[in-house]
Amino acid sequence: ADIISTVEFNHTGELLATGDKGGRVVIFQREQESKNQPHRRGEYNVYSTFQSHEPEFDYLKSLEIEEKINKIRWLPQQNAAYFLLSTNDKTVKLWKVSERDKRPEGYNLKDEDGRLRDPSMITVLRVPVLRPMDLMVEATPRRVFANAHTYHINSISVNSDYETYMSADDLRINLWNFEITNQSFNIVDIKPANMEERTEVITAAECHPHHCNTFVYSSSKGTIRLCDMRAAALCDRHAKFFEEPEDPSNRSFFSEIISSISDVKFSHSGRYIMTRDYLTVKVWDLNMENRPIETYQVHDYLRSKLCSLYENDCIFDKFECVWNGSDSVIMTGSYNNFFRMFDRNTKRDVTLEASRENSKPRAILKPRKVCVGGKRRKDEISVDSLDFSKKILHTAWHPSENIIAVAATNNLYIFQDKVN
Amino acid sequence: MFVRGLKRKCFDGEEDIEGTLAGIKAIPSYNLQRQSLLDMSLVKLQLCHMLVEPNLCRSVLIANTVRQIQEEMTQDGTWQMINTQSPGQASLDRLVSTDILCRSSRDQAEGKHLPAYGAFSKDFESDQAQESSETMSTTSSVQAPRNLQSNVWEMENPQENKGNFQKSLDQIFETLENKSPNSVEDLFSEVDNSYYDLDTMLTGMMSNTKMGHCDSLETFSSPTNTASNSNCKSDLNDLDHIVEILVES
Repeated sequence: ADIISTVEFNHTGELLATGDKGGRVVIFQREQESKNQPHRRGEYNVYSTFQSHEPEFDYLKSLEIEEKINKIRWLPQQNAAYFLLSTNDKTVKLWKVSERDKRPEGYNLKDEDGRLRDPSMITVLRVPVLRPMDLMVEATPRRVFANAHTYHINSISVNSDYETYMSADDLRINLWNFEITNQSFNIVDIKPANMEERTEVITAAECHPHHCNTFVYSSSKGTIRLCDMRAAALCDRHAKFFEEPEDPSNRSFFSEIISSISDVKFSHSGRYIMTRDYLTVKVWDLNMENRPIETYQVHDYLRSKLCSLYENDCIFDKFECVWNGSDSVIMTGSYNNFFRMFDRNTKRDVTLEASRENSKPRAILKPRKVCVGGKRRKDEISVDSLDFSKKILHTAWHPSENIIAVAATNNLYIFQDKVN
Repeated sequence: MFVRGLKRKCFDGEEDIEGTLAGIKAIPSYNLQRQSLLDMSLVKLQLCHMLVEPNLCRSVLIANTVRQIQEEMTQDGTWQMINTQSPGQASLDRLVSTDILCRSSRDQAEGKHLPAYGAFSKDFESDQAQESSETMSTTSSVQAPRNLQSNVWEMENPQENKGNFQKSLDQIFETLENKSPNSVEDLFSEVDNSYYDLDTMLTGMMSNTKMGHCDSLETFSSPTNTASNSNCKSDLNDLDHIVEILVES
């Protein structure tokens, strides 16, 4: 199994898609709950697997284009088929995943094996009928949106009008229509005319969940810009600018790097945005630009280790963050296969671990604790024992239920609320 | 967990040091750690240049960190100390390397116009004393042909390196257009003749007006193509190249 690079539930939560470093997409489907086994709430089983992207070679620049899937986003379901967007560094693809459980039988001109029949032998005409067959799930690429990004695509987001979507790379954001693959509108371009002045890049972007004219994008300098597409064709001038003033007491050479935002997500309500930087998760109210309304420390014990984390490049890890369905809990990953959840109402937080060794299936996860200094209690783990190669960058939360998907390197964990 | 040669003690944790004696001891170690951070960052940028398609975000963040360190070192006066101790070219190499290495091969393929070390020499010219800035701009200009020979650069943008040269040349151009060649001696009366030979400069200018960008690149890689150069003293070769660069811009 390859390293999982993205995880996403669809809008009903019935399907869960994962993309990996090898360009494959695996879709899981939730089992229908059966009355026979009520304690087995719908489990997720593999529904479809397909190769979304292949490695490519850009001959003009002599560069290899990785097939790793950076992001998957589902489209809302409009008919029996499911549609999703998947993207690697350069190309976005629209995939249709559909079921086939019947096949036609009784053709006149060919027999059951498909061989053509001798027309002179045909004496009777019959009407083909559809007969049930084993369920087959097939994925077909319906659109390929290529050649619009010079830099690496880091985000895609489906607009609430369901007709357009945007793709963002390090310096530009493009708006696409699903029907048109040979053109896209450039709506943000922060590439400086003078390349030496390139000091900031776009790190993530998302469309507003309800207003199809609004979107946000975050930068490597820890700022978020909200743009309104009605204002101008090129949204270089933001409508709102979110930035927290720097805390002078915490200033170090790494201040900028750890302020770089790795993920930005609108709340389901559309009122708030959540941003993830290296050490914290922040919740912002769209109506207040000068500071976030909530800040949660994910792993502040790493603050004194920034130098080492810079040396081994861990400081550049891009963690994602997610809201639960009611926007009351937020979740994000950390190291040592730990992930953290923060309850915004009760202000309680918990650290859990996604690992086979430390938890059996169906067992309740035990909260974990990292001890910073001094005496280490039993069950606590010290900062120096953390495994920095086991990082949880990608997580997803079911849109309405308390089911979460956690990608730990090449393993996918699905956790549910305990059943009463 | 991941100790790899570098001392674990980080200057992040040493901000609370009190007492003059302890403070004095801390200062050199802070500089040392800052220096090692700078070295580490430059190595990282070198690595990102060697990768097939470097991660732009990472490169930008590392480059910003390097800039930050250098700005602080300049403010400290540490940078000047380093410059006076070691040959100017060595430290400039370091600065130059940051910007060169931060660019990806993609930008080179696109043929982007990338002024070399404008950002860094800009900092110097503004922060340092007049004399040293002149020295810097001269040495950085001398660097230009060497770097161009590696085919990394397109056209050098000398805007940031305007020193006395550009001003003098501007004057020369204006007066050449307006006045007759007979008053050539008057033209150059304001100019410091010790820098260049009149004949070589004039011939250099004339031949350059017909050259395109590509030709000027070839000029740099084969320094002896213009007739003027054959008459030059060896130490004026570099200055001729500078003249050619400035004329082309």
